[in-house]
Amino acid sequence: MAETSKRGTAEAPPTVVVNDLKVTYRTYASGRQVSKRMKVGRAGLRGIREVNALKGVSFVVREGDSVGIIGHNGSGKSTLLRTIAGLYPATAGTVYASSRPSLLGVNAALLQDLSGERNVILGLLALGFTKAEAEERCADVLEFAGMTEFKDLPMRTYSAGMSARLRFSIAVAREVQILLIDEALAVGDKAFLARSEQRIRELRKRAGSVFLVSHSMQSILDTCNRVIWLHQGQIRMDGDPKTVVDAYEASQ
Amino acid sequence: MADSDLSGLAERHGLQAMGVRPPFWRYLADAWRRRDFALTLAAYRLQAGTSKTRLGMGWIVLRPLLNAVIYGVIFGFVMPKSSRPDNFIAYLIVGVFIFEFFSRSFSEGARSVIQNVNLLKNLSFPRILLPISAVLQQLLELAVMVVVMVVILIVLGEPITFGWLMIIPVLLMMTLFNIGVALLAARLTVHFMDIMQIIPQITRILFYSSGIFFSLPLVFADMPELLFVAQLNPVHDFIALVRGFMVSGMPVEPLYWWVTSGFTALFLSLGVVLFWRAENLYGRDQ
Repeated sequence: MAETSKRGTAEAPPTVVVNDLKVTYRTYASGRQVSKRMKVGRAGLRGIREVNALKGVSFVVREGDSVGIIGHNGSGKSTLLRTIAGLYPATAGTVYASSRPSLLGVNAALLQDLSGERNVILGLLALGFTKAEAEERCADVLEFAGMTEFKDLPMRTYSAGMSARLRFSIAVAREVQILLIDEALAVGDKAFLARSEQRIRELRKRAGSVFLVSHSMQSILDTCNRVIWLHQGQIRMDGDPKTVVDAYEASQ
Repeated sequence: MADSDLSGLAERHGLQAMGVRPPFWRYLADAWRRRDFALTLAAYRLQAGTSKTRLGMGWIVLRPLLNAVIYGVIFGFVMPKSSRPDNFIAYLIVGVFIFEFFSRSFSEGARSVIQNVNLLKNLSFPRILLPISAVLQQLLELAVMVVVMVVILIVLGEPITFGWLMIIPVLLMMTLFNIGVALLAARLTVHFMDIMQIIPQITRILFYSSGIFFSLPLVFADMPELLFVAQLNPVHDFIALVRGFMVSGMPVEPLYWWVTSGFTALFLSLGVVLFWRAENLYGRDQ
């Protein structure tokens, strides 16, 4: 059974409510994907595997919270983030949010053939800015990422760190209330880290919430006021950062 | 906390459910608000594509032009003189160029969702913008092709008339038709990648039956029923309309208008609705 933390009586309004969320992938044993419409049992469809990525996760996150999510690889952390962002539909259960979250995923860059600057413009347009607004903000976004020098080079020439910094900068360009960060913060120099932590603090002051998936317990302890330990698709522990991190490390 | 408590909490504070397909009209309104994204993506993609080759933008025109030359020479020899009109070159050029607008919208539209997994995984936007962007990219290429087509027709001696302006509404309607086709193809491709194998075949059948290197009325001169059926092909009718307005001696039959507008309305509405219905599935199992 999951342990839930008891929150104080003066509770801030919720920003994210996850209600018994279940997410299941269906794949062939060989790894090929199965379309939702195929029924198991028809001839030729042996060996379908169902991967239960999330098996019933529930929690409430409130304004000003910064939640760290830890767990083994394959425990469902990235799936959880993508589902909260609305980029993946739940198989059962519901995710509610006060506004559309902004996700910083692990997966590689946007459009490899295009320059950094053009990817910024497209990213801003996708966030909902108009062409004029996107062009105005583009320089600031590049500046924040420290990429102004390289803006005309195609993104496929960027290092993983450079593209992660650029994606982070695009994601925080819109005043977002809910930011989901999937292991994308440990990729900048000190100055960038300081800037990004500053943005996150501002976001929390603006009554937003941040989710941080990371394998670095140090950054979790530094930035989070609450930690959820996800184990094989279920919440194993949820509460005070030091307590949960210690328990997690003890179990290794 | 029990399930209903959590839902109640969410509702009390006005939280919205995530990952749920938005209602139809809101979906279209969202897409319209993000139209700059589709247009900019199309423009960037076009430039990126052309920058790789030496001739760059030149290939947009060179490609169909070379096709026209090859078809013209081969079928000019193979097909009997009685199957084609006198101003055959003008006839052929228009046919090849306009058909290319359709066939590339069809194939690029079909790939537009499955090939953009990066965008789907990282950015939240109405996915309908992807096939639309693919067709817009072809429209930009078409604009270049039309300019060249106009020049070639003038050089061939076709008279410039006010009728030439009529191709603007025709091509705009064709854009809507292509968007409908692209949406249907994109959705089918997401479910059955096999469609990608069939698309070249369908395109080929349409190419051979759309009267591009022969004239339907001439070939089916004594088979009026077959002629009628062949003229129910919307791709042929779009081409015939453009030819009718630009190439001398080509008729503009009312039938062409009926078929093109009918199929445009049908494919566009079907395409938009069916694509929207699967909005949540895109990017899911890739």
